[in-house]
Amino acid sequence: MCRIGAIKSSEYFHPSKTLELMRSQQKGHDNSGFAFVMQDLGGIFEPYKDLPLLSMACTDKGVRIAEDILHSIGFTRILQWTPDINKSAKNLQISPMPNYIFGVFNYPKLYKYATKEEKEQLLLDTRLQLRMALEEKDEGYIYSFWPDVLMLKEIGNPKDIGTYFNLHTPNNDFVSKIITVQCRQNTNYDIVRYAAHPFFLQGYTVLANGENTFYEKNKNFQKSLHKGYIGFESDSQCFLYTLHYVNKILKWPLKYYKHVITPLEFDEMQKREDSEVLLRIKASLAHLEINGPNTIIGVLPDGTLFVTCDSKKLRPVVIGSDDKTIAITSEVTGINEVLPKRNFESDIYPNEREMVVIGNDLKVQRWAQ
Amino acid sequence: MGTVDISGINKEDLTWQIEHDSSKCTLCGKCIAACTFGAIKADVQKRKKVISNGCTPNPEVSETTVPVIKQVVTKSKNCVGCGMCAKVCGNEAIKPVYNERNRMNVKYRALNAESPKRGGRTNLHTEGRTLDKIKVGRISQMTDPSLDAMRHTFELLAPFGRVMPPENLPFEIDPMGNLSLTKKIPTTRWIYPIIIGDMSIGALSPRLWEAIAIAVAYLNEVYNIPIRMCSGEGGVPEKLLRSKYLKYMILQIASGHFGWNRIINSMPYMTEDPAGILIKIGQGAKPGDGGLLLAKKVAKHIQEIRGVPKSDLLSPPNHQGLYSIEESVQKMFLSMNSAFKFKVPVAIKVAASVTSVSVYNNLLRDPYDIVGGFFLDGIAGGTGAAHETSLDHTGHPIVSRLRDCYNAAVHQGKQGQIPLWAAGGLGMKGTLAADAFKMICLGANGVFTGRLMLQIAGCLGDDYGRCNACNTGLCPAGLTTQNPILMKRLDIDKVAQNIVNYFLATDTELKKLMAPIGNSTLPVGRSDALVTVDKNVAERLGIQHVC
Repeated sequence: MCRIGAIKSSEYFHPSKTLELMRSQQKGHDNSGFAFVMQDLGGIFEPYKDLPLLSMACTDKGVRIAEDILHSIGFTRILQWTPDINKSAKNLQISPMPNYIFGVFNYPKLYKYATKEEKEQLLLDTRLQLRMALEEKDEGYIYSFWPDVLMLKEIGNPKDIGTYFNLHTPNNDFVSKIITVQCRQNTNYDIVRYAAHPFFLQGYTVLANGENTFYEKNKNFQKSLHKGYIGFESDSQCFLYTLHYVNKILKWPLKYYKHVITPLEFDEMQKREDSEVLLRIKASLAHLEINGPNTIIGVLPDGTLFVTCDSKKLRPVVIGSDDKTIAITSEVTGINEVLPKRNFESDIYPNEREMVVIGNDLKVQRWAQ
Repeated sequence: MGTVDISGINKEDLTWQIEHDSSKCTLCGKCIAACTFGAIKADVQKRKKVISNGCTPNPEVSETTVPVIKQVVTKSKNCVGCGMCAKVCGNEAIKPVYNERNRMNVKYRALNAESPKRGGRTNLHTEGRTLDKIKVGRISQMTDPSLDAMRHTFELLAPFGRVMPPENLPFEIDPMGNLSLTKKIPTTRWIYPIIIGDMSIGALSPRLWEAIAIAVAYLNEVYNIPIRMCSGEGGVPEKLLRSKYLKYMILQIASGHFGWNRIINSMPYMTEDPAGILIKIGQGAKPGDGGLLLAKKVAKHIQEIRGVPKSDLLSPPNHQGLYSIEESVQKMFLSMNSAFKFKVPVAIKVAASVTSVSVYNNLLRDPYDIVGGFFLDGIAGGTGAAHETSLDHTGHPIVSRLRDCYNAAVHQGKQGQIPLWAAGGLGMKGTLAADAFKMICLGANGVFTGRLMLQIAGCLGDDYGRCNACNTGLCPAGLTTQNPILMKRLDIDKVAQNIVNYFLATDTELKKLMAPIGNSTLPVGRSDALVTVDKNVAERLGIQHVC
């Protein structure tokens, strides 16, 4: 079973915090991987919040392939950062790629007056082109190409991955205000980097615990909905695509995500004032329903963090907070590590019919479906 | 020795031969009274015995005449094997026996210059049933535990009516962040994923039709199982049209438009909208044919309900004036939709065919948002009357066609928008829930069933040539007859009760199938839950091959 987590804070923090969050939950996962997404970046990336940041892991040849494509489109690099790799450590359980590239780029000149939508489309198209080119020759992986977002997915023991990338020691350069994290590769199928949570698309991040028993239904419906809905290496990618479709494409408020993935029972729906709307959603998006068991953590482009569960079997998740930080994770032991002095009584264990939503003011809201 | 009519018909040619044991017979005459087909008669036979008494031959001839039950042999009407004679005989003195070496396929045509007609469904079993080769093989264990079929809450509901593409839902967001509808859109109803349909009054006796209607109302009102019944093309009793139970009926319109005068005249008096309208274009049992009700079943009450004279009632093979799918959408759907003020879903039923996918593809692009369902009927569907050659040799198996239609919708990204309902031999072996469940996993939103209701009601026929005499009006069980005396053989309450019981069992079985795959709502399109030991089936349907 996966262990997932998220930390959102009013102050910048280093990913070492997420390793602390996940360490005590080690028995619940299989030590097969570690992946995280950093959003709302500080440190060396802070001056470049509006510019796309590329996260990729590849071979030397992969670096050239990516650079050629980015140049041909007109992107120009203004910052390149590579993690401080600890090469002296021995006997690490990790299968690293030769290069880890995190680069900030300027948009092509042609996009000087482009709208936000046009730029977003360009970034998606470019990422897909890079992914296809790298995949074709098996030269690496592109995780994200989006402003203010950095992503790393690695195979191996999370502790050793932390050692390899020097992530156990905090610093002020590599920090952000939101980090979502997961320990465990997708061992149901092949060990593929793309199959590891969190998943990211155009500002939306999702990670999940459990099994998507409606994977086939979800996938069949999603694959023709949007060009960014690809891969499906993990059945949990469907949760991300549904979030993106409901909130970004259909432009429905976040609360309808819950109504799409876990519609109320028919009898219950009929008693409500908004039954007409809910029944229409249930019918039109029947193939995006999930049937559990799942816990889903998501982040919206504006930094809103939320967690919700399926309506049937649930998966463990708990939310703890203090004045400056909110932590969500699968087991309370993780929160005890990072927020030992919080008020335990205000911990939230979400029920099957609610969404817990945390805005940028760090206020925790419980939305009943 | 008498002359033998070699080119005529004799008992050796018949499909069913009556075996009568005169030593057990009490000559009560019940068998003759019970046989609706006049296939047996009382007769006398001469017996001759030579007896010799004493130690030297002294032969004496004794001649007697004994009463017997004799099979009637004619060139067109003979024993159908229904077995009523055996049922009524207390002494087991008589029974029909299937004659594997019968020659009726040749003789009937040669002697009558006529194509044999019958009811029932295809009797040729040249290939095994595909659904029996499929198992539910994805069992939830460990990380995704199975559900408790007896205690968990399941939702067995399927859409009936046009489902709008999500991007076309006319929503606006109010200042509170709530969505609301800005205009009216087509009605979608949520009903049980099994529809009983669509057998007309005329094909069925009014008593059987009424028994089914009672069972449907009872399942809805007492057990909260929202099952619907389709009327078939033959009208609906006026009393029902004006009652609150109309909401459980889907009214069918077919090419003969039988009974629609009465339906239209009743519209001002309707207190409820019907559950839906089903436009019948074709039927799986006899694709390319219209409905057929032979004159012998057009009794006075049928004439009244349909508004027709006593004659063979043949619905045309096509709706007059519909030459294209576009026209069908514009003319029929629009007129039927507007008749009920766009509040009642209108669906279409066609016979499965190699062209079904094209038709469905076109409907899916329906620009008017008024096609409320695509009902696909396979070759193994039943009928009250058809040419035998249609029943056995024309049509298309349902399973792969349903799957193809679903895949076509997936390809367009429009699955579920025009709900898919499939039929044609589902429940053929009595296991409707398993058949329905597998079809749903392959992409059906629901299924419909007809012939099974007759079997529940006591039909004596089978799919191996027994009885199948629904077309004759002489149904020995009172199911498909308009003869007032024969109709009384059917106990309405008992039949209604049996149908209710069957669906209660089916409901439990559906849950027992949903529980192991861990789903509490219908697994439409979850083909990953199915496996098959047949490689061809696996390849054709895109499911896992296992061995």
